[in-house]
Formats: sequence, C-alpha cells, structure tokens
Amino acid sequence: MMENSIHLLEQVSLFPSAIRWSWAFNGWILVIGSLAAVASALLGNFLVLRKMSMLGDAITHAVLPGIAVAFLISQSRTSPLMFLGAVIVGVLTALFTEWIRGAGGVDEGASMGVVFTSLFALGLVILVQAADAVDLDPNCVLYGSIELTPLDTVAIGDWDVPRAALMLAGVTLLNALFVGLFFKELRLTSFDPALATTMGISAKSMHYVLMVLVSITAVACFESVGSILVVAMFVVPAAAAYMLTDRLGVMILISVILAVASAVLGHLMALTVPTWFGYRSTTTSGMIAVAAGGLFLFAAALGPRHGVLVKWARRQILSLQILCDDIVAFLFRGEEAERPHPTTEHLASELFASRWSMKLAQIILRWGGELGGGSEALELTEAGRERGRRLVRSHRLWEQYLVDQAGRDTEQIHDKAERFEHFTDRSLRDELARETDGPELDPHGSPIPDEN
Amino acid sequence: MVERPQKEYQPMDSSPSLSSVLPSAARDDGTGNEVPLSIYDLTVAYHRKPVIWDVGFDLPAGQLIGIVGPNGAGKSTLLKAAMDLIPSASGRVRVFGDSYRANRHRVGYVPQRESVDWQFPVSALDVVAMGLYDEIGWCRPVRRRHRDRARLALQHVGIGELADRQISQLSGGQQQRTFLARALVQDADLYLMDEPFAAVDAATERAIVDILRDLKKRGKTAAVIHHDLQTVPEYFDYVVLLNMRVVAHGPVETTFTSENLQKTYGGRLTLLDEVTEAMRRRESSL
Repeated sequence: MMENSIHLLEQVSLFPSAIRWSWAFNGWILVIGSLAAVASALLGNFLVLRKMSMLGDAITHAVLPGIAVAFLISQSRTSPLMFLGAVIVGVLTALFTEWIRGAGGVDEGASMGVVFTSLFALGLVILVQAADAVDLDPNCVLYGSIELTPLDTVAIGDWDVPRAALMLAGVTLLNALFVGLFFKELRLTSFDPALATTMGISAKSMHYVLMVLVSITAVACFESVGSILVVAMFVVPAAAAYMLTDRLGVMILISVILAVASAVLGHLMALTVPTWFGYRSTTTSGMIAVAAGGLFLFAAALGPRHGVLVKWARRQILSLQILCDDIVAFLFRGEEAERPHPTTEHLASELFASRWSMKLAQIILRWGGELGGGSEALELTEAGRERGRRLVRSHRLWEQYLVDQAGRDTEQIHDKAERFEHFTDRSLRDELARETDGPELDPHGSPIPDEN
Repeated sequence: MVERPQKEYQPMDSSPSLSSVLPSAARDDGTGNEVPLSIYDLTVAYHRKPVIWDVGFDLPAGQLIGIVGPNGAGKSTLLKAAMDLIPSASGRVRVFGDSYRANRHRVGYVPQRESVDWQFPVSALDVVAMGLYDEIGWCRPVRRRHRDRARLALQHVGIGELADRQISQLSGGQQQRTFLARALVQDADLYLMDEPFAAVDAATERAIVDILRDLKKRGKTAAVIHHDLQTVPEYFDYVVLLNMRVVAHGPVETTFTSENLQKTYGGRLTLLDEVTEAMRRRESSL
C-alpha cells in the first residue's frame, strides 16, 4: 500500500510547473484538511477563551510518546491503541503541568515548558529508534503528509473513502456533539469556573474532558497536518473569530467557517504560490497554517471590536466631526462679534487643522447645507447657524456648570468645555441649564444663546 | 416559580452520631428556623500554611450578615470552603442542616467581580441566565422562559435596558449588578457574596443595599464580605469578625465594638474613631 502510494505521488510531481487538479485526489485533500481544521477549531474556541492555548500546544506535542509506544505495541497506524496512548499522555500532560505549578510554585508557562518538551523529546527518541524497525516516518509525524492521505483508502460499498477522512469525520462529529450538547456547561465553566462548581457543574471535570478531546483530535490530525502545526488549527481560527464578534455562539460559527477557508485556501496556495517563483508545489499543511495566519491578520485589522483599521477609521471620523463642530462654532462666534467672514487659510491656522482635513470638513459641511460663501469669505447658512448656536450654548453652559457646581477656576474651564461641547445633546443641555439656574451670561461674561 | 422539595435532614452514613454529639451541629436556632450556615472547627491551609484556623459559628436565619476583617484574613477562603470550592484540612460545614452538596440549590454565590474575564463573549443577559443552569439541567438549552426570567432580574437590579450589551461594555457598577441579578434568579435561601460593594459607584451601592433589604424582607439570609467599616452598622444586622480565626460574631449592636475591632485589625486600624462615630449615629437614630 505504502509503496503504491509513493509511486503514485512521484507520478503526480513529474510535472512540476503544471498544476494538475483532480477532484478525486485534490478534492479529498480539501475534505481532509477542512475536517481536521474544523475538528480542531471547535475545541480551540474554548482553549482560547480559557487562556489555555499553550496547554493545547503542549498536549499536541506531548502526545507523541503515547502515539509512538502504541505504534510499537500494535505495529499499525490504524490501531485504536494510538488514541488510547495519546489520551493517557495528553491527560498526564495536563495533570503534570498543574502539579508542577502547584507543588513547585513554578509559573504555568515554565511548568508546561518542562512537561511538554520532555515528553515530546521522549517521543522523538522512541520514534527515531523505532524508525528502522517499523513503517512510521518521523517526518510524517512532525509535518504531516496530507498529500498522501487520499491514497490510503477504505472501501465503503462502491466508494473508496480515505481512511483519514473517515477518522477525521468521526472526530469532528464527536467534537461537534460535545460543543453542541455541553454548550451551556462549557460557557459557564469557561467564564466562571467557581460558580459552575458551586452549581454542581465541575469545572475540573470539564477541563479534563476537554483535554481528552484535544488529545484525540491531535492524534486524528497528526497524520495529515503533523503534530507541530496542529496547534495552529486549534488556536488561530478561534482567535480570529474572537476578534470578529462578541457572542460565543457566533464565535464558534465563525471559527468553523475560517477553519474551512484556511484549509481550502491553504491547499490552493500550496499548489499555486510556489509555481509563481518557479518552484514545485509545496506542503499543504504548512500553507494551511499560513492561510490561517493571514485570515487572522484580516480579522485583527477589520474586527469591529478590536480591529486596528476599524479603530483607526473610527478615530478619524470622530476627529473630522469635531473639526466640523469647531468650524461652525468659530464662524458663529465671529458673527456674534461681527468680525469679517474668514478665509479658509485663516480658519485652518486658527483651528490648527491640516489643509486636507480642512478641505474634507468643508466638503462635508457644504454637502450638509451648513456652510456657504466662497473660500475667501466663509459664512454659515441658517442650518449651520443653528448648529453653531447649539455648540456655543453647550460650551458656555458647561463653563458655567464647572464654575458653579465643580468649583473650578475660570481659567481652567475652557479646555474642558471645549471637549464636552462635542458630546452634549439637547437633554444634557436642558439638564445643565436647570442645574445652573438658566444663566444668561457665562463666567467670562459672554451671552449664552437660547435653545431654538 | 418552581417549588423545590425541602430536603429532610438525614445524617450521613459515615458519621451517624456526629451531628448529635457536636455542639455546633444545631439544625435550628431554637426559634424553629433552620440554621442557614453552620460552621464548626473549619481549618483551611495552602501549602501547609493555615489561612483560616478553627473557624466556627452559626449564622442566624433571615438576617443580613457582614463578614469583616483585614486583607488576608481569609474571608473569601471561608466562603469558598463553605461551598466545597477548596478543600478544608478539617472541620465541617452544614448548610440548612445538611451537606453543601445536598442543599446547593438553596445557596446563591456572588464571586468577586475581578474573578472573571469581562472580555468574555457573552451578553449581560447570558451571564444572568447562568444562574439558572442548575435548574435547567445538563445538556438542555436555555429557553425563552429562562431568558425572560433573566431579563426580569436585570430589571430588578435596575439595568434591564443593558441586557444585550457585551459585558465589557458595562461599567464596574453595572457588572456588579449583573452578578447580583445572576444570584437573584437562582432564588436561593442563603446568599454568599464576596465583596459586592468593592469599587462600585454610589448609585450601585444604594441599589445593592436595597436589594439586600428586599432579600431580608423575603426571609432570605445573606452573608456579605464587606470592607467599609463605616457602613457596617448601617447595612448589617449581624457581624462576623474574622482574622484567620473568628474574633467575635453576634448582633452588630453588641459585637461591632471598637474593642472587638481592635482585636480584629490589631494596631493597624485608623478608622476606629470614625466607626465609633458611625455607631453613635446609628444608635441615636434608633
């Protein structure tokens, strides 16, 4: 079987520059990659939310000796013994980590570092020693060989289904059932383990069930994507989904979509990207991790809650709004003092605004019908005058309030009022007027305009 | 509301005679009320260093109880040990005359606000509904009627309009109210609250006091860890003074004395004068 598959693979790579797509072959890679990514991402949500991503990493590495020993005993890569071995070592990793942290007073990161590197190294030693005797390639275990998995098939009726696809479908179903059935319990034990435990939902038990499933998933995935990269599948789609929503159910859904997207993108990128540079196609499992990282970057930039770009855009819009306010209020005060209509340059230098933002603000104001006159003599329209009146009223009421109620000096109040005026609506102005007994003049002696 | 069957008191097989022998095993306080929380000889240690030592008291039913003591006195540890959250080295806890496990439905817990991650992707309503998970049962979904009850509880604590906000978008006081609402939907008989007044605004503090008084009116018992000594006489009927051991426990009038506070806080207390002043104010208002 193995010889056969290697033979086939050589045939595939005989034509390095041409991308050969066959649904029977590449289609299965997409299915297997997607299943591995979804199975991992489902659990990954809870690893991320429990701040246990590194424990997931530790377990996926540490299961190696379990797999190796099970393999030596059974001499087969399909044995359920492998899952058993992995689960035992996976749970031991979680237990040891907890124990070293508790007993040794070592912080969690360090205790994990001790446990999983020791176990991982032990697994490697066993594997390398056993490699001559048995048919298990350490490279495959570490980096995965998703390109080979479609060739190892099991016949179901008339269908030849890859063994990896069957196994991963089973694990995906298991994880989906777990997350679906225990959604409520997972949510509570992740958010508030103490309360969960007082209600008879043992946070500790949930923790270890999760660790068992992480171990099983790691074994199911390692053949396809390798034990080093599987952690990317656990953590990255879930972390990206976390950036995009603030509801747990939605987060899980998004993480599944991102998992499938990274698997599909990863395989396509593995086939195409290297050929742009004149190389042969590269490893799909590596590209899946790269694609997931790329999707995460998108989420980090565009996420509504934590997104960098969105935050930046929001800040820009706010500062533009404030500049519009300032222009209108400046013109209103100018009319009040019967100063001549200012030019654009004069206004820009008065308000410390750049030429570009000044231009943009003027476009917005003219479009809103609040600004008239040419750039040599800017003037307010009736609507603009109304907005100016509201702003100046807010400003002067705030000054009065700060002096009256907060006991501030007259010198200190201008800056505060300057900031508050942009965020003061009608009801707040009425409140201010009530609190300050509806004064006619502000502390500097300027008249407070009436509400229209 | 769901009627829960009242659990008959049954001594555990392993220690059938213990409860009749030990003085603090009393199931009622002589007035026919069950003792909500009875603690006897409780010792809890971290790494062989005791945090609380030989702690024992019976809490009176239907009262508001303040648990007071300096930082590191073991107040949180006491509450957690009472609910089996952390193992105790020795001692025994009775909740309404039985083990905590048997009567956990009758206990509502309000953890410290800092104990959870407020960035967690849930709404205020989701958090309050968590109080019903025990009642809903394993593997069953939260249904509309549960959400309706959670919404009602949020309205009761005065933040009904914030039900659908993600919890990081709530102020500290609103977060604390969310936690209280979560305990209220449990409809427990005994509430254990870990510093509900910590770092909340004045409006929230008043709201919490109102909620506590409302609980008392409905015959519930609340044991509250509290830091502000000045307000102890105003808020509570009964006080447990704790500093690793129980220094004193009893009605506020007789127990919350400067002498006992001196013993609890050692020489570190500078607020003593203010407290005695607060005491005098309360006495004169009675």
